[in-house]
Amino acid sequence: MTTEKVQTRTDFPAQPPEFPEHPSTPYLRMDRIPHVWCPGCGIGTVVKCFATALENKEVDLDKASVVSGIGCSGRAAGYLKLDGFHTTHGRAIPFATGLKLGRPELLVTVFSGDGDLSGIGGNHFIHAARRNMDLLVILINNFIYGMTGGQNAPTTPLSAKSSTMPFGNFEPPFNLPHLAASCGASYVARWTCLHIRRLTWAMEEAIERKGFRLIEVIAPCPTLYARLNKLGTGLDGLRFYHDNAEIRHGADTRELDIDFQKGIVCGRFVDEDKPTFSERMNDHYNHVLGEKYRPMPPEGGWLHE
Amino acid sequence: MRYWRTPLDAGRTACHLGEVFIIADRCKGCAFCVEYCPRDVLVMSADFNRKGYHAPEVIKSGECVNCNLCEMICPEFAIFSLAADTADTAATPKGDAS
Amino acid sequence: MNADPLGVLTGAHYLDGDFACGEGAMAAGCRFVAGYPITPSTEVVERISRRFPMMGGTFIQMEDELASMAAVVGGSWTGTKSMTVTSGPGFSLMMENIGLAAMMETPCVVVNVQRGGPSTGLPTMVGQADVMQARWGSHGDYEIIALSPQSPQEAFDLTIDAFNLSERYRVPVMFLMDECVGHMTERVVIPEPEAIEIEPRRLTAKPQDEFNPYEINGEPVPEFARAGDGFRFHTTGLTHDERGYPMMTVECQESCVRRLLEKIQDNVADIVRFEEEETDDADVVVVTYGITARVARLGIDLARRRGIKVGSLRLITIWPFPEERIRRLAGEVGALVVPEINYGQLVLEVERCAGGNCAVQAVSHGGGAVHDPEDIAAAIVEAAP
Repeated sequence: MTTEKVQTRTDFPAQPPEFPEHPSTPYLRMDRIPHVWCPGCGIGTVVKCFATALENKEVDLDKASVVSGIGCSGRAAGYLKLDGFHTTHGRAIPFATGLKLGRPELLVTVFSGDGDLSGIGGNHFIHAARRNMDLLVILINNFIYGMTGGQNAPTTPLSAKSSTMPFGNFEPPFNLPHLAASCGASYVARWTCLHIRRLTWAMEEAIERKGFRLIEVIAPCPTLYARLNKLGTGLDGLRFYHDNAEIRHGADTRELDIDFQKGIVCGRFVDEDKPTFSERMNDHYNHVLGEKYRPMPPEGGWLHE
Repeated sequence: MRYWRTPLDAGRTACHLGEVFIIADRCKGCAFCVEYCPRDVLVMSADFNRKGYHAPEVIKSGECVNCNLCEMICPEFAIFSLAADTADTAATPKGDAS
Repeated sequence: MNADPLGVLTGAHYLDGDFACGEGAMAAGCRFVAGYPITPSTEVVERISRRFPMMGGTFIQMEDELASMAAVVGGSWTGTKSMTVTSGPGFSLMMENIGLAAMMETPCVVVNVQRGGPSTGLPTMVGQADVMQARWGSHGDYEIIALSPQSPQEAFDLTIDAFNLSERYRVPVMFLMDECVGHMTERVVIPEPEAIEIEPRRLTAKPQDEFNPYEINGEPVPEFARAGDGFRFHTTGLTHDERGYPMMTVECQESCVRRLLEKIQDNVADIVRFEEEETDDADVVVVTYGITARVARLGIDLARRRGIKVGSLRLITIWPFPEERIRRLAGEVGALVVPEINYGQLVLEVERCAGGNCAVQAVSHGGGAVHDPEDIAAAIVEAAP
């Protein structure tokens, strides 16, 4: 009896040859689609909304960079057809800071998850917000550390189960919009991945703004968070957002806590015109040093003949 | 969408139709598109795609209004709609300045 | 190419090692520095923060060393030469992103002004105990280059070399000063910009749709593309293929990681530098680096006066280690004496390369001060055949 070696199919065609292209094709690395995210995961939807926002705002894609951390949401950089950097856990924001300061004309977006940005990356999060560093941060919050198997996150609601809190979480979670706003972010919004149009508009708004712009996107994690807490499929998650998300633009960020399976307040909470780190730096040096000040040019500090 | 009466400008307004394109082999069967299509144009197919998931299929051909919701909400980039070639009334042509 | 005149403070100066290192960085074309204060290295960034605004450079004091190193890697991907500065405790924190820089093949310089350790140790006093950490600090297999100056003048000159090597080999270069050299004030001569040879960031000439960030075409390193030039490349800390995409297979690990090692190992002849004196017919050779090299000179003198034929081998490049030279020396001399301000680190490499062909004697000093030259002399005399 001969045993046949199991073949793995890697030749899935991107699409049937006679089909028109998916409209997001120019924004995606089509040679890596289908992506790794689970059925019912909301991250792909957020990436789609971002691609649409880039298209609608006619962003110069050559000057747009995306930086991700580690985690499921951190895989987003690998699927967007921009200069993409998949960096170390929690360090997407300082890495993006280096990109932005090294070449000020770049539009730098940080795409990462709640554990990456507010757990290990918490310190960088608050300082970048404090400085109003010119970064667009899309934080996908699924209330858990998904990629590593469902551990408790700084955003896991009280009483929710996770693999490291099998009897339910007893640590109070972060209220991320409040955290960012109180540190000095100039644009703070929260949407769910069900609110596709408003999320896209928020991204478009944020693209036009400057400073530390945080868009928190609530998304289901069917494989870990929902499974460990018996919340059903990704679709059940979206149905929950449909019935329990409340839009309150301008709400006081102190009231934006998310309790386990309770209401989720969405909207745009902070939208201020505040000087960014770079603007402050340039203004200050111009003031103090006058003509002696030579700022780094927008094309960056690359020295060449 | 159900109306409680016929809109007063129904004779003048063109309802732009769309055509749905489904890349079945990318689908992972989440059913977001089926759930939220405002015209209920989609159902989950009984067929399996190459990965073993049920992809959506169009059951009400000609009723898609090209709202692009399925395209926006699909996490897999597996479905999208494009404007269909024909509009459904002979009213004001698109783009007319008058 | 020549140095940018804005960054070159031509003239004869009276500077300490930290300041000289900062001047060296600016002369080398470094224009982005992200750092965090830590004794005894802080003066480097203090100097840079004062001069950068006049030359188009950006300095940012980050919230911690983890952020500093991450920002340096990000800054380098814009094509801007980037550097950070720290000491032992910060070096430990930076290891994660040093690994990222090594994996992503990002040119950058990490200055470690060594102090007594471990942990908080002796913040204001000299040590040389980060030598092994510079080589092995981050997890996984990778190679780095490490340089060690013995004077403020060398702190200037070798910093420029550090930047040039990091560009040529697309590798993080560790600049291992020690607190003594860092805080020692001496004459430093900075030449004209035309006399300083700078290795520029080597950008690809390929068109955008043919470019792969990790494709090798006969050179030891791939060509670079700056973020923002339209190449839309992807790079990751995951094991990746030549497109920069994560490819987590055994074959890809072999092709990706082995090249990180070989690009240094195969070019040892170009990278390794040392200074020898009277080693031809020596019975004992003293292997030193950094401030210990200067202290050892007096120790060697004392030993010579007692009739021992002593030579000296001063390492300028600590990593890659000059294995070949040590191997040959071990076959020619009776003993190698290795004074270090640590409890025995580089001596382990010397022992390994000597392969038992000669005696190897460590002269350890825990840190906090330099050796007493008498101790070195005594060790030489004892080791002499």
